Amino acid sequence: MSAPSVLWLAIFFVIPTLLVAAISFHAAAPDGGIGREWTLETWRHISNPNYPSIICRTLWISAATAACCVVLALPCAFAIARMQKKWRSIMAGLIMLPFWTSFVVRVFAWRLLLHPEGFLKHLLVSAGLAQPGTQLLYNSGAILLVSVYSFLPFAIMPIYAAAEKFDFSLLEAARDLGARSFLAFRRIFIPGIRRGVVSAILMVFIPSVGSYVIPDLVGGTSSELIGNKIYQRTFPDRNLPHASALSALMAIGVLVPLGLVAAFLRRLDRREALRLAEAGGIKQRGGAA
Amino acid sequence: MKRNPFPLVVLALVLVFLYLPIVVLTANSFNLSRFGGSWEGFTLKWYGQLLNDNQVWFAFVNSLLIAAGATLASCVLGTTAALSLHRWRSRLQGIHYGLIYTPLVVPEILMGISLLLSFTAVGMDCGLHTILLAHITFCVSYVTMTVLARLQDFDDSLIEAARDLGANAWVSFIRVQFPLLLPGIISGGLLAFTLSIDDFVITFFVAGPGSSTLPLKVYSMIKHSPKLPVINCLSTVMLALTFALVLASRAFQNRRHPKAPNGRKHGAIA
Repeated sequence: MSAPSVLWLAIFFVIPTLLVAAISFHAAAPDGGIGREWTLETWRHISNPNYPSIICRTLWISAATAACCVVLALPCAFAIARMQKKWRSIMAGLIMLPFWTSFVVRVFAWRLLLHPEGFLKHLLVSAGLAQPGTQLLYNSGAILLVSVYSFLPFAIMPIYAAAEKFDFSLLEAARDLGARSFLAFRRIFIPGIRRGVVSAILMVFIPSVGSYVIPDLVGGTSSELIGNKIYQRTFPDRNLPHASALSALMAIGVLVPLGLVAAFLRRLDRREALRLAEAGGIKQRGGAA
Repeated sequence: MKRNPFPLVVLALVLVFLYLPIVVLTANSFNLSRFGGSWEGFTLKWYGQLLNDNQVWFAFVNSLLIAAGATLASCVLGTTAALSLHRWRSRLQGIHYGLIYTPLVVPEILMGISLLLSFTAVGMDCGLHTILLAHITFCVSYVTMTVLARLQDFDDSLIEAARDLGANAWVSFIRVQFPLLLPGIISGGLLAFTLSIDDFVITFFVAGPGSSTLPLKVYSMIKHSPKLPVINCLSTVMLALTFALVLASRAFQNRRHPKAPNGRKHGAIA
């Protein structure tokens, strides 16, 4: 019964992914196709000085997005997890609802808000917070803002899932022992839900490394990301090997943190298993005595 | 103990942050002002212009056809995948689970370009058919996960009871398991439909010249058309459509198994 889905995903997911890696070792044919012989030429081109700055910008914007999302998500998840059951499911639904709507539409909504004659600009100028000449659109700041907006639900949900299982009486205990509420939050709550925090970082970092629509619609020419370059090499330039090599780079940028996190979670599991075993040992010894 | 109000305040601000752009966009679709900097009066004229745009209708029909096809195919593939993942726990199923899970985390642009390269490699022209194949591929994972969640609270002893009473494997599936799973399958299908209707990046890569869907149409209007308010209207229509689909999906996901109230009723009669 697994056959249909395995077969489908093998044909339309696994083979295409391997194909990308393979094509990056070919050169572009002059007609926009793919050259026949194997070569490292494409990879040599990729290491030219133009790309590293784009890759760096992609990585720092993604890291900053992940950081902002986690900082905002922690108090949100905490607040939702302390609500009554009915409210929790309503809140989780409200947080996730925008995620299902069209990505292009949401980014367009921000373009409208940040537009030189738009709502936010109007508001900021009349509040005296911005000069009439301030440009809100087409820069890295706009990319960061819209990325945080788009990926925030991905950070709240895993942290909330972990917070729901957290034993809140631990916080009360910490406060009874004299910890201020922020200290208890930082030293007891955050370590207690670190699994959720780690997956939240990943869930935000991965799509921001791959984002194309956001930098394309609210970023400027000086704030291009790797996604824009992949598009540019694929369509206007029609250089498929170059696009493949960039995609392979992006895949590495996604797989490396994924692997690191998997290793981290495994270590966490082992340590917890060890602790449980030790606790069991103590109980046994106590029972024997 | 008094609770610190800080987390609740952040939550409220985050909700405002999440919904502000959507509210402003919707309000502006009824605004006479072109850029929405200020309110200049209520109008439906932008919606009128939208209704008269033939290309939008064309894209809308394409989107519906693709979403319907992708939903049907991914429901079949996703349900069989969930059933086999639920029933067997082997190394092969571990790989199978990985295959289902990975498309959920891979950036869309990578899926888009890899599919485009594959279609080019086998000499297939891009068009509605390639969009359909791509959409089925990413929808399968979502349907599988939804049905799998439903299977987790499925009582397997029901199947055993059916088999004990003489039903063969096929009959017990059709008469017992399938009806109980149906809300989960419908819920997954509605999500697949939503994702397919709203997908941009993957569609953008595998759509050939001339085959447009609603998100592609919105994008090209953003890029090339000066008619900002008409884009607002189209966006508002798409948002409303998505909200309706997601709410319907949630209603099915939360629908309880029919066995519980029935059991109680029988007990009461006895």
